[in-house]
Amino acid sequence: MNAIKNAIKTFSLWELLLGLRLTLKNLFVKKVTIQYPEEKTPQSPRFRGLHALRRYPNGEERCIACKMCEAVCPALAITIDSDVRDDGTRRTTRYDIDMFKCIYCGFCEEACPVDAIVETRIFEYHMEEPGQNIMNKDKLLAIGDKYEAMIAADKAADARYR
Amino acid sequence: MQNLNGLRQGSGVLSAIEALLSDYIPELYAGLVVTTIQILILTVVVILCVAFLTLAERKIIGYMQNRIGPNRVGPRGLLQPFADVIKLLIKEVVVPERSNRFLFIIAPMLSLVPALAAWAVVPLFPGFSIANIDAGLLYVLALTSLAVYGVILAGWATNSKYALLGAMRSAAQIVAYEIAMGFALVGVLMAGGSLNLGEIVEAQRGGFLSWFWLPLLPLFVVYFISGVAETNRAPFDVAEGESEIVAGFHVEYSGAAFAMFFLAEYANMILIAVLTAVMFLGGWESFFAGWGFLQGTVLEPLIWPGVHWLVLKTGFFLFCFLWFRATFPRYRYDQIMRLGWKVFIPVTIVWIAVEGVMVWYKIGPWSV
Repeated sequence: MNAIKNAIKTFSLWELLLGLRLTLKNLFVKKVTIQYPEEKTPQSPRFRGLHALRRYPNGEERCIACKMCEAVCPALAITIDSDVRDDGTRRTTRYDIDMFKCIYCGFCEEACPVDAIVETRIFEYHMEEPGQNIMNKDKLLAIGDKYEAMIAADKAADARYR
Repeated sequence: MQNLNGLRQGSGVLSAIEALLSDYIPELYAGLVVTTIQILILTVVVILCVAFLTLAERKIIGYMQNRIGPNRVGPRGLLQPFADVIKLLIKEVVVPERSNRFLFIIAPMLSLVPALAAWAVVPLFPGFSIANIDAGLLYVLALTSLAVYGVILAGWATNSKYALLGAMRSAAQIVAYEIAMGFALVGVLMAGGSLNLGEIVEAQRGGFLSWFWLPLLPLFVVYFISGVAETNRAPFDVAEGESEIVAGFHVEYSGAAFAMFFLAEYANMILIAVLTAVMFLGGWESFFAGWGFLQGTVLEPLIWPGVHWLVLKTGFFLFCFLWFRATFPRYRYDQIMRLGWKVFIPVTIVWIAVEGVMVWYKIGPWSV
């Protein structure tokens, strides 16, 4: 009996027709495509994009050259040199991130005791020449200055969950 | 209706040209000129159809996968095929160093030419096909079988493992399914009582219930599925199974030579679709031809036969090709062979026997 049922099912292409019905239904379903340059997907405040170095409101840079980020970086993308400044505080003289090595894991941000190095929401950036993949201290600070409002807002939004 | 009248006038124009020319040059040459014009028109139309079929494929499969497909080149992506063609044409044709150069170059042409040449006998509208020959069905069978040579030669001439494996698979598959296709056409031949495709369409006169798909339902299904297998389309596309043999027989082809294979594949699809429409769905016959009560009403144009019905039916089968590709996963190689040899061939033979008995005792819709 089962054999007959199976034979009928096979020769009437029953299961194939079920599959065809499914795809035909989807032909008329609303499409989910997001047309990127014009439309964008929503972002989380925790988004990990381009790095930035922040400053305190008085303009002093936050980074104290503790090298925690350099130590935690799994891709060894961060290189830091430090020195003692005239006023006796320790600051970085060099803070380089190789963007080609970076895997955007966010560990540097987690490790930083003074919230100096952060990853911003910016992801639409590119390099045009060899060497531009190395982000030095000046560039990182400039990004931090430019997007400080956004970074502060994202930090505040995420603070509740920490 | 406009369409139909236009075409009738179109063929009238051609015969007028023929008459005019025969005043100046021998009649033989006048006929030749007119036929050449017809061939040119048909070829250009088929190639344009191929171009837009590739766009339709990407759009329809995209829609079935809840995407929207190409929409950047031209309004709604309509110029995408031309962008693709231009890209392919300006690319270099790389000929592998240790390949057989002559066969490597000639193989794409060998696979494209039969796909276009078979159009000669397709009855496009009542009483017209470019070559109205009495052995049309044999001609079609012969030409659709020739396509495999392009594939085998391409695979062999490339001198690459993947290409050779792809060509072997493709050859075995095409040979297997050709038998089932041939038998299915034997059924059509018995029902139509002629090898002339025009007469086969004439034999299906009437609405969609008197077309051959109904009495020959198993053969119709087998023919179309074999057609999908014959053109190496999904789900029977093991010949170019990306996961195993990269791209099969055309793995080393690039630029214009690859474009030729691409063109051949899609031209073959259109050919199979139009042949299925001619053999089983009454070709240029109207869906409503059986509804005599429409005669004399405003809806009368619905029952007029014409090329638009053929286009409609062909379009349906082409949609099915794309639909199958969006729906079914690829068959395993042994499953394809099993389906071809152990299912389709027995089914067609059984139905030919049944049909033979019906014809002998004069049962059924056909009058032989």
